[in-house]
Amino acid sequence: MNAPIQSRQDISPVAKNTLLAYVGTTLAVLLLMMLFGAILRAGQAQMLNIDLTMFYKLMTLHGAGMVGIAGLGSAAVMWYFLSKYVKLSSAILITNMMFFLLGVVLILGAVLIGDFAGGWTFLYPLPVKSMNVWSIESAVAFLLGLLLIGVGFLLLYLDVGRALIKGYGGLARSLGWHCLFGNSKDFPPATVVASTMVLIINTLGILVGAVVLVISLINAFYPAFQPDPLAVKSLIFFFGHVFINATIYMAVIAVYEILPVYTGRKWKVNKVFLAAWSFSTLMVLAVVPHHMLMDFNMPGWLATVGQIGSYISGIPVLIVTAYGALTIVHKSGIRWDLSAGMLFISMYGWASGVVPAIIDATIHVNTVMHNTQWVPGHFHFYLLLGVLPMIFGFMLYITKKPDSNAVMSDIDKVSITTYLLAGVGFVMAFLYAGKNSVPRRWGVHLDEWIATDQVGTVFAVFVILAFLLIAIKFFSRLPQVIRN
Amino acid sequence: MSPTSLPWLITIVGLLIVAGAFVFVLMSSKTKDDDYDGIMKRAYAVRKGFFIVFIAGGIVITALTLKNLPYDAPAKVADDAIKVNVTGHQWYWDIQKTDFVVGQPVIFNVTSGDVNHGFGIYDDKLRLLNQTQAMPGYINSLAHVFNEPGKYKILCLEYCGLSHHSMVAELTVTQ
Repeated sequence: MNAPIQSRQDISPVAKNTLLAYVGTTLAVLLLMMLFGAILRAGQAQMLNIDLTMFYKLMTLHGAGMVGIAGLGSAAVMWYFLSKYVKLSSAILITNMMFFLLGVVLILGAVLIGDFAGGWTFLYPLPVKSMNVWSIESAVAFLLGLLLIGVGFLLLYLDVGRALIKGYGGLARSLGWHCLFGNSKDFPPATVVASTMVLIINTLGILVGAVVLVISLINAFYPAFQPDPLAVKSLIFFFGHVFINATIYMAVIAVYEILPVYTGRKWKVNKVFLAAWSFSTLMVLAVVPHHMLMDFNMPGWLATVGQIGSYISGIPVLIVTAYGALTIVHKSGIRWDLSAGMLFISMYGWASGVVPAIIDATIHVNTVMHNTQWVPGHFHFYLLLGVLPMIFGFMLYITKKPDSNAVMSDIDKVSITTYLLAGVGFVMAFLYAGKNSVPRRWGVHLDEWIATDQVGTVFAVFVILAFLLIAIKFFSRLPQVIRN
Repeated sequence: MSPTSLPWLITIVGLLIVAGAFVFVLMSSKTKDDDYDGIMKRAYAVRKGFFIVFIAGGIVITALTLKNLPYDAPAKVADDAIKVNVTGHQWYWDIQKTDFVVGQPVIFNVTSGDVNHGFGIYDDKLRLLNQTQAMPGYINSLAHVFNEPGKYKILCLEYCGLSHHSMVAELTVTQ
């Protein structure tokens, strides 16, 4: 059952092609968003003369596009592997894709035609107070686009929930609580546990997102309705935080499923594993206040919860998943190829991203780091070197059965080494700039800040070149996979 | 020493430890040991040690860092602290008073006239010293003491529209 996509008899041709469309779309959008990101860095570095209106429009697209596409690519990982254990609906898989594409069209129209540049976080009341730079209609189109994407994902999660309840007799059982709190040895697979966690947190996250998007839309149509800015900000950050974290927890399923194939060792689900995932379910929700440590009107105890929660929530990641990946690879005699290598890098990126994240969640540090480039530094560690390599490892794996005689080609060695080194360099340029107090989201940089921007831009170009090599490998396999 | 030097140092050490662990396993991955149960047993024992170190370290760091939080500071400063009203607008700062004296406690009462902004105090070396959010309908009180004379800058630290980067103001601090 743990086989490439063309060998999976339990996946219908429609679902197979839809999953390939998910991955293909993910790569296409990723390329575009990476180019936008490099242009933003080049603009800050004064290596490219970019119109400031265009800078903030691209910044808005880059944020919304990357978050959305990380969600789509990760959802493909979860769906592919979860469908080994429960019966999922292909129609819902397609419906989510349709909602996603409709949302993308609205967002592209809002930004490229309507000049919307309110940032992907649509922080109220900026979408409706642009100093007449963009129209209310374009703000509405952007918000509706996000809402449509959210609706698609919500349908997908509802189907996942239905299937898990039907297959395992309830979410407590698919989280493995009968083993964690009882004597049962009938441990659910790691994929099922992770999917249940994602279902719980991201259903909440998307519902909160839908509420705040509707609130913002009502305000756009009826300006007399003025919601509380602090409450709206809290809801937006809850939604954004949970959604982006869920992408990691969906994509990491690729590590649980694929590394055992390469190493010939099982990913052992035990009580510690179950406890870690149940704990993460709570902690992901509890640490949200660490995004609002500089909002002094938030209750002080919430900030304290944000700091302590951030410290604690890093432990399950480091101690269970990344450490588990190291254990399974250690002295395994693994035959590395690009897929296995990417999954290994993804664990490095995820574990590394925890370090600057925890540092910044310390209130005293946040005072001198919040909204500096330290922030994109830490989340690019998670995303560029964590989630994306998970998706790359997945897409390469499903398009070609691991061959026990395969070796990593010279091109593969170049692409993986370049991606890793350039990725680390790109991220470190952000972190070093954050250490030097360079603010994030500034279209114009002072001369003192430009050196790190230039370094970051050069590394961004190499990341894109390496990404292209990886994407070409996937697309070159596609015709044969579709034929089979 | 910059206030960000220590967090930077800790981050670098942490990143090197993580990288070291991955390089170690990568180097060992080609050799084959069929006793996976034995590997897991040893790995779990080490993991227990990590867990204890994390918990103990976390408790100590938490105890050390949750003192003197910025939220309580305005209530603790001396009665002679100067209170300064600050309002962020798209795209300028309206600051009631811009001249200060070294050592004089100041409480900035920060709000916004339109959208969210971020009130960040930078010194003449462009180091971020302190900050709070500027939110419409709310006043965030930020206590600050200027320790050096010179020109300070206020930079906006929350994206607020197309001229976000031009929201810069200057403060003068004398001896």
